[in-house]
Amino acid sequence: MNDQPIIRIQNLSRRFGSNQALDDVSLEIPKGVVMGLMGENGAGKTTLIKHILGLLKAQEGSVEVFGKNPVSDPVGVLSNIGYLSEEGDLPSWMRVYELFRYAAGFYPTWDDGYAKQLTEQFQLDVSAPLNKLSKGQRSRAGLVVAMAYRPALLVLDEPSSGLDPIVRRDILGAIIRTIADDGRTVLFSSHLLGEVERVADRIAILKSGRVLFTGELDEVKEQHLGVTLHFSQPRLTPPSAPGFLAWEGSGKEWSAVYFGDPSHLTQALASLGGEVVRKTHLSLDDIFVAHVGRSPEAEEAA
Amino acid sequence: MQIFISEQDQTPIYQQIVNQVRLQVSSGRLSPEEELPSIRALAERLMVNPNTVARAYRELEQAGIVTKRRTTGSYISAGAAPMDREARQELLADKVDALLADARQLNLDSTDVIDLIQKRSNPN
Repeated sequence: MNDQPIIRIQNLSRRFGSNQALDDVSLEIPKGVVMGLMGENGAGKTTLIKHILGLLKAQEGSVEVFGKNPVSDPVGVLSNIGYLSEEGDLPSWMRVYELFRYAAGFYPTWDDGYAKQLTEQFQLDVSAPLNKLSKGQRSRAGLVVAMAYRPALLVLDEPSSGLDPIVRRDILGAIIRTIADDGRTVLFSSHLLGEVERVADRIAILKSGRVLFTGELDEVKEQHLGVTLHFSQPRLTPPSAPGFLAWEGSGKEWSAVYFGDPSHLTQALASLGGEVVRKTHLSLDDIFVAHVGRSPEAEEAA
Repeated sequence: MQIFISEQDQTPIYQQIVNQVRLQVSSGRLSPEEELPSIRALAERLMVNPNTVARAYRELEQAGIVTKRRTTGSYISAGAAPMDREARQELLADKVDALLADARQLNLDSTDVIDLIQKRSNPN
């Protein structure tokens, strides 16, 4: 067995002028894992992905993909990465079949049969020029290009952004099929946390260029609980206690998100006083809001 | 076998699968020796990570509800149905917890709740 992670990022920092885009980021993605990268716009997701693709050089720290440096060994790295971005940087004057032929020329492992199968499934018109396709069909064409050479690592940057639910379903299906296919690895960023929750094994939350936390999705869900407390006397401010985030309320009733070992919750609550009137599991969206302060979907709507 | 995943349900997805299979076995909708869909097929149908389905199947296997046969796939175990009383009760645990929490807020204790349950189950 090869235990080396597919992606290893150590203490990566990046500045654009006075803007600290990435700040001491360390992240490992083992083989066969689906990593969901979450964060608000400007949190550093795309900048991080660009380092993985070798489009940006590490100013501080290091980036290794398949044990190689993506900047000094672009061929060794990129020939094994399938990549789809939100806007799909596809040459728009090409027809779909020309795009496929062009991509096949780059990748020795291009699988014509698989490309054909995906094309049929997505009902893509291969003779249509890319600039005549709908946004959804253009994304599907991009997805065929990202998948048809069966890359060891699939990187999707906000693949679902602005797409209708049917196209999003195709993209999710593609992620699922990719991992079912012999433990390939997927890194995808998304602000649709319901989707992240369905397909990710691990998640990482970025905020202002830093990794707020990262972990197995199941563990992250177990480590967060929503609690509501009722106090015998009204309070002007919430109680302050380690392990409790995002207090809100007034008077006698206050709610918070507990973040920690669930077996220590009873003990942690005892120190606060007050009676527990509600205790619930939380969705990934609730967890994200507790850490970041607002929902990524609310932000997109704004 | 029909499984439905709810994004509103805060229960982890693997647990939703485990619970639904258990329920369908104990109600007879799934019979002993019945074959389950492959991990990959179910993952694609539910649009969830195959590792999640694999985890659910693993837990069902450990609970003796599902048996894996080396080459052919996963089946409902011959002795799977019916579930014992404790396991069936366990499926209601979350709902009972929620009920008890509401009762506490109304200043009712468990005796009051049991009393109410008995009244409701014998309306005459």
